[in-house]
Amino acid sequence: MIELEALTKRFGAKTAVDNLSFQVKPGVVTGFLGPNGAGKSTTMRMMLDLDNPTSGTVRIDGKHYRDLSEPLKHIGALLDAKAMHGGRSAYNNLLCLAQSNRIPASRVGEVLDLVGLTAVAKKKSKGFSLGMGQRLGIAAALLGDPEILMFDEPVNGLDPEGILWIRNLMKGLAGEGRTVFVSSHLMSEMALTADHLIVIGQGKLLADMSMAEFIHQNSRSFVRLRSPQQEQLKDLLHAEGIAAAALPDSGALEVDGVASEQLGELAARHGIVLHELSPQRASLEEAFMRMTADSVEYQAHAPGAPAAGVGGQAGPADAPAWGAGAEATSKGGR
Amino acid sequence: MSFPAVLRSEWTKIRTVASTVWTLAAAAVVTVGMSALLCVFLNSQFENMPKEQQLAFDPTASSFAGMSLGQAAVIVFGVLVVGTEYSTGMIRTSLAAVPRRGSFLAGKLLVATALALAVGLVTSFVSFFTGQALLGEHSIGIGEPNVLRAVFGAGLYMAVIALFAMGLTMVLRSSMLALGILLPFVFLLSPILGSVDATQKVAYFFPNVAGSRIMQTVPAVLDGSEPPYGPWGGFGIMAAWAALAVVAGYAVLRKRDA
Repeated sequence: MIELEALTKRFGAKTAVDNLSFQVKPGVVTGFLGPNGAGKSTTMRMMLDLDNPTSGTVRIDGKHYRDLSEPLKHIGALLDAKAMHGGRSAYNNLLCLAQSNRIPASRVGEVLDLVGLTAVAKKKSKGFSLGMGQRLGIAAALLGDPEILMFDEPVNGLDPEGILWIRNLMKGLAGEGRTVFVSSHLMSEMALTADHLIVIGQGKLLADMSMAEFIHQNSRSFVRLRSPQQEQLKDLLHAEGIAAAALPDSGALEVDGVASEQLGELAARHGIVLHELSPQRASLEEAFMRMTADSVEYQAHAPGAPAAGVGGQAGPADAPAWGAGAEATSKGGR
Repeated sequence: MSFPAVLRSEWTKIRTVASTVWTLAAAAVVTVGMSALLCVFLNSQFENMPKEQQLAFDPTASSFAGMSLGQAAVIVFGVLVVGTEYSTGMIRTSLAAVPRRGSFLAGKLLVATALALAVGLVTSFVSFFTGQALLGEHSIGIGEPNVLRAVFGAGLYMAVIALFAMGLTMVLRSSMLALGILLPFVFLLSPILGSVDATQKVAYFFPNVAGSRIMQTVPAVLDGSEPPYGPWGGFGIMAAWAALAVVAGYAVLRKRDA
């Protein structure tokens, strides 16, 4: 169990983490979601007592991190895959961590085996690929067999096989009753792994709810209609008092809040040919963007900056970079 | 937090990285080798030296003259032990494992300083006996006045200069920055300021200048100026510098985000 209470971090005039309070509970995978620059990594560093909060507290199993004796046995974290000495072998990098927390040396071999690095255990870690480095970081997190695990963007740089492996690992750890806290800037990734969601934007808490609830609240459902007699269809819908939005490129219409059956029967009664009548759900990615776009809009004071910053690259430097996220999503191949 | 566990961990860190092993080996080899060469040279040229120099000849100091260069390797060792934590990002992993900053710092400095002391003592004794063997009739025995103190002091000097380097690197959090300050300081600024009358009195209080007094067995009679402290006083000044650097390093470690 991790508890944050009014956690705040300011760097000069910039507030990176703003009065953040939430709890991370055992037995589920909790996704920590926010655009790049939302304050996720800073929050996680404060959880590990690496950065000093400006105000507020973090408690791990009721204690301040610094008061944990042998913290690796309570909480294991992957923050930065490259946070190892490259001149040292994978085995020795883990050995010095194990020794500091009185973890038996035999455990080093176990975790290396678990992450599939046994074959390169004696190799210097500077020769590792990003994916191998990520696996070594995960091995370090698992070293003390901790009840709480924290992963900062664990799928970054991993191949599809590695991504699948991490997902299953996290679900397995949560299934054993452990607390699993994982950050990401990709909603699509979270939708596949997380049971609970904590969303932040500009350092502020935007949502703290179960994934099911998030989907229920945020995914807009609508019906898409296409017809060769589009003008007639539009008039008809207008006459019936149904709002329809026309999509400029495809010539399709989108209708909110009316069942597809009802629309189909209505068109049939007036003899309008339909080429498409399909119920749709807006992606969670879209819902997430809408949610965080508001927080960006609220913060962006620069005149002429795009209101929401969605997909734009012209936003202020500290605005979230959506372009990269969206691109990675489509590459991920859902 | 178990402190012996932290010590074991820090020992593994030092032992398993090539750079720290090599810098200490270089310190020993350079010191012994350079000193031996100088002793061979002094022995062969002794008769040609002016009378005053012959009278003021310090066979002990001559036998670890190579330490003035060998200390560069010890400084690099001290800087790397701390600096690589920052340059590799390992510091975050290390502090997550040992969150008590005092334990982390004490463990690291204790292990590295003890190692530097061991290497320094072995180096100074080997250097002394090798040098005396090569000095022939101009040599001195270890039982003569002040000699054992000087040989022992040379080992201590190595340990404390390493500790000073570690403390300073802890403050600067960068190997490049620390080396960029320490090496020119020891090899350019100290000798230059020490050779000019007006600034000599300032240079006397530099850690490396004050500390090296412990390696001398005879006073510097030639230029007639003596530093205002004895061998142990000089060493104390150097130790105070090292302590100051360590305290400042601890303050930075506590205050700054890792």
